[in-house]
Amino acid sequence: MPLIRAACIWWHHRKILRFAQDDGKARPYAIAVGLSLMAPIAVAQQSDTRRSGYQDMSKSVQTMQDDDMANPAMLWVREGATLWAKRVGAADKACADCHGGVESMAGVAARYPAFDTALGRPVDLEQRINLCRRDHQQADALANESRELLALTAHVAQQSRGKPIAPPTDPRLQPFADAGAALFKQRQGQLNLSCAQCHDDNDGRKLGSATIPQGHPTGYPIYRLEWQGLGSLKRRLRGCLSGMRAEPYAYDAPEYVQLELFLMQRARGMTLESPGVRP
Amino acid sequence: MAHTPQTTTRRTFLVRSSGTAAALALGATSIPAHATPESLAASIKDVVGSAALRTGKVTLDLPPLAENGNTVPMTVTVDSPMTEADHVKAIHVFNEKNPQPYVMTAMLGPRNGRAQVAVRIKLNDSQKIVAIAETSRGEFWTASADVIVTLAACVEDPT
Amino acid sequence: MGNALINVPGTVKRGEAFEIKALISHPMETGFRAGTNGTLIPRNIIQRFTCTYNGVEVFNLTLSPAIAANPFISFFTVATDSGSLVLRWTGDGGFSAEETVPITVTS
Repeated sequence: MPLIRAACIWWHHRKILRFAQDDGKARPYAIAVGLSLMAPIAVAQQSDTRRSGYQDMSKSVQTMQDDDMANPAMLWVREGATLWAKRVGAADKACADCHGGVESMAGVAARYPAFDTALGRPVDLEQRINLCRRDHQQADALANESRELLALTAHVAQQSRGKPIAPPTDPRLQPFADAGAALFKQRQGQLNLSCAQCHDDNDGRKLGSATIPQGHPTGYPIYRLEWQGLGSLKRRLRGCLSGMRAEPYAYDAPEYVQLELFLMQRARGMTLESPGVRP
Repeated sequence: MAHTPQTTTRRTFLVRSSGTAAALALGATSIPAHATPESLAASIKDVVGSAALRTGKVTLDLPPLAENGNTVPMTVTVDSPMTEADHVKAIHVFNEKNPQPYVMTAMLGPRNGRAQVAVRIKLNDSQKIVAIAETSRGEFWTASADVIVTLAACVEDPT
Repeated sequence: MGNALINVPGTVKRGEAFEIKALISHPMETGFRAGTNGTLIPRNIIQRFTCTYNGVEVFNLTLSPAIAANPFISFFTVATDSGSLVLRWTGDGGFSAEETVPITVTS
């Protein structure tokens, strides 16, 4: 593993390692603080304490997201617009031929993953795009994390910007969302950590000088400064799993869609910012 | 826009940085020596020569704390009338701890109206950034800023 | 390559300095990064960015590996006559891209 990357990961995990080893030990000062906060917490629980990763960023990165002329993700959206109108496959059809203008995609990203009756399971937006390509354009699927797939996803997702996250209340989705919820709380990997331990229990605290966000999928696909490029939620989840020293699931594994479904339900009502910028 | 290129400055840096990168690209596996305060001083001397380097007129706008060193927004503004008689000819920016000391050079003139340039830079570590404005009257003005980088410019490849 | 977002105001008043913002798609590979097999990934950067206004160069930027990927550049120029701005990027591996934007100057 390249030296710099190893050093970065080590630096990230110095803090996690200490936390994982200390798990279970009571910290007196934490209890004292906890007691003194009981009354206001009872009141605070009435209001929404959820925070988008946007709120955890510095002003200069927030500004980068807010300005469409300065948000690097918009370069992918622009490419997506070209691809939207491009005729492909044996059917020689463009997305536009069936869907018209991309404005018809308003609200779509906010309600994905959605149940695909033919497959009998939910699919995420990238999978939906590839299913369309296969079934309606008779074209090959676009590779995971490829520039074209990300560009189309970003172009479609941007149409839901500003809308509340609204996963469907389709009862067929619930077993998959429950599986995602279980994954979120399951300890994994060499560090024996669960997503919940960082993103539910320690959000807002620092991990190697970086603020731990709550992990809401409010901006995907995101331009991540760490990637110097645009990436999907799957890429982020895989990065997290690697970081936890757990084996990432295969790229098309159902676990990612289950997790995304759970995360979208957990973020229900929060505003979609796609395409976002994150550190 | 007529301008007299500096004889040793930009070209030297491009050769220096590309030469190092080229040599390393030929199969070297070690990370090259970083820029140091000494190489920063040498780079500045290459631009300024024996002229006086005065503090002032230049505003170097950088966040004091950068969450990710990969993309740090930077704006350099120079207080100048930008007239034919008195304008900024060039803005040079250097760093202290990246693998090489050079960041950018912007060539300007009275056609710009305002001596302000914004870019996004990569910072390897918490370090000092130095901006030098060269005017048409042969003056050199400078400003520097210290940036704390919590996550060094460390690109995470897809796993 | 050559995917760029350029932002100039719709109309500008003669004599006023206006801001031009350009965001171009480019990996800006520094040449200092090691790949998964341990050897260094070759440098691939944009080296120069220029802007001409009705044929006259009004801005010239020399970039380095210290410029972030997908470079964002902002600078100013004084509105003289209506016409066009040509923004040009050149770099390693013979990379070259150009975008022309119209500019309307009112008195």
